[in-house]
Amino acid sequence: MSGPSTYNPKSGLEKWIDSRLPLPRLMHDTISTFPTPRNLNIWYTFGGILTFCLAVQIVTGIVLAMHYVASANLAFNSVEAIMRDVNYGWLIRYVHANGASMFFLAVYIHMFRGLYYGSYKAPRELIWIIGVLIYLLLMATAFFGYVLPWGQMSFWGATVITNMFSAVPVVGQAIATWLWGDFAVGDATLNRFFSLHYLLPFIIAGVVGLHIWALHVPGNNNPLGIDVKSPQDTVPFHPYYTVKDAFYLVCFVILFAGFVFFEPDFFGNPDNYQPANPLVTPPEIVPEWYLLPFYAMLRSIPDKLLGVIVMAGAIVTLVFIPWLDTSRVRSCRFRPLMKQFFWAFAVVCVILGYCGAQSVEATAFGVPLVWVARIATLYYFAYFWLIMPIIGLIETPKKLPPSIAQSVLGDSAVTSAE
Amino acid sequence: MAATTSDAGTRRDFLYVASGAMGAVGVAAVAWPLIDQMNPSAAALALGTSEIEIASIQSGQQIVFKHRGLPLFVRRRTPAEIASAKAVDVNSLPDPLARNAALPDNTPATDASRAVKPEWLVLIGVCTHLGCTPTVSAAQQPQGEYGGWLCHCHGSAYDTAGRIRKGPAPSNLAVPAYTFMSDTRIKVG
Repeated sequence: MSGPSTYNPKSGLEKWIDSRLPLPRLMHDTISTFPTPRNLNIWYTFGGILTFCLAVQIVTGIVLAMHYVASANLAFNSVEAIMRDVNYGWLIRYVHANGASMFFLAVYIHMFRGLYYGSYKAPRELIWIIGVLIYLLLMATAFFGYVLPWGQMSFWGATVITNMFSAVPVVGQAIATWLWGDFAVGDATLNRFFSLHYLLPFIIAGVVGLHIWALHVPGNNNPLGIDVKSPQDTVPFHPYYTVKDAFYLVCFVILFAGFVFFEPDFFGNPDNYQPANPLVTPPEIVPEWYLLPFYAMLRSIPDKLLGVIVMAGAIVTLVFIPWLDTSRVRSCRFRPLMKQFFWAFAVVCVILGYCGAQSVEATAFGVPLVWVARIATLYYFAYFWLIMPIIGLIETPKKLPPSIAQSVLGDSAVTSAE
Repeated sequence: MAATTSDAGTRRDFLYVASGAMGAVGVAAVAWPLIDQMNPSAAALALGTSEIEIASIQSGQQIVFKHRGLPLFVRRRTPAEIASAKAVDVNSLPDPLARNAALPDNTPATDASRAVKPEWLVLIGVCTHLGCTPTVSAAQQPQGEYGGWLCHCHGSAYDTAGRIRKGPAPSNLAVPAYTFMSDTRIKVG
């Protein structure tokens, strides 16, 4: 689809610019006429929604940085000043804080969409891997950002996460000390986390550029998971998908605004309204909801190093998915067996999230949650390392439709168009 | 000049490798300050010592002080707590080492090598798993099965000598170097 350019400069000015800096040509080819499968559904609108989320976080973040003070003594009060004194500070901060949760909500939908429709399969492996990298950067950025208000959960979350590096044999403690710039999380740590929190979103923006660049070589996958075969299978991105994306973006923003204006602390933890106290750990340390499944994995392993390895492994595993899936069919729509395991996987992720939010000794129906989390962790890894390769080999997929156009428009429409 | 042509190749190769190597040294020399700036500064390294008055601590009670930015536990143990700590077979412990800064690294984790004076247990109050502050166990409010401390973050339980007994923490709570200035005063660090 990255074929010859269809850009045709009309005015003299456009011609002049195009022969010097072909930016209008790039925009024209990648946005307006870009041929896109005609059957993309709602789940394909989240790429655009995510771009919006990134822009919102950068704009609100730059504004917040104008009022925030990265100092262990002043950080908490400066955030309170943003909430109480700065004009519209409450709005901007609530948009930024809830924006992180909305960002992750959209990213998870985007990732599950890719898993379900096999969007990681050849020739889109690199799009997927770059996406995993973005996800990693996103988690790091969110973690740094969560530390900045310097409340109890900020401080102890930072302590627990940075201490994970101390599990590394021999040099672990030295790495932790290097990250802190002190012998514990403190002023030095807060300052560097602020610096990195400001930097990473721009790195993410750059990597998102690579993600889209890689996408524009093979073009979009689609719910049928079959290749585009003729121009009949596609429609130009503009206006078809610009309008579709815009519509669902508005729906998403309504949800977003609902949280910001009616339940701004829904995703927050009340402990973070207490200033950081290095001598008292809150009774329950809980990460933000989007990290809970990984936290549940960490807690379910009764060994420090192994726990950290399992947690990191859960994310690293994602990189290998393109080669773990042995099926020749992309979309789960035509994979009756895999579809069931997929939904089981989605449920397992929710169960892990639930386990991560409960206390260490909690039980459900008499079963210790730590055991529930262990079994769920096992399924998480089995899904990728056993189920994916095996089902791909033994499953008989349903018959694929001959083309996207025929599937969408029916036989008659295709014939008449010819 | 046949010799020169065969010779010229190796000479050029040598220059490439030599300048590449010099370049690598240069990059490393520039990178190191950028990496090392993140380590604790001399000011943070110039650690102070803390003198702590312990007379007010009652038997069975623990008081938490701040030492080098970290919580420092000083616990006055009851005879029953001392007896239960002494009764443990060191070889059965998950971490059989004393982890006492004042003693050699391979000292076994007997109660005597954890507490200089049996009544007083002085510990860095940082869970060796992921750094939370464990909650002390008291007669009225027991924490964990071993009578010492329980870390609520991830469920590590310590005994009355601060030794890890159950849960994900890999080692015993650290004992800092400290000395008794008098019967009621200790100097830590």
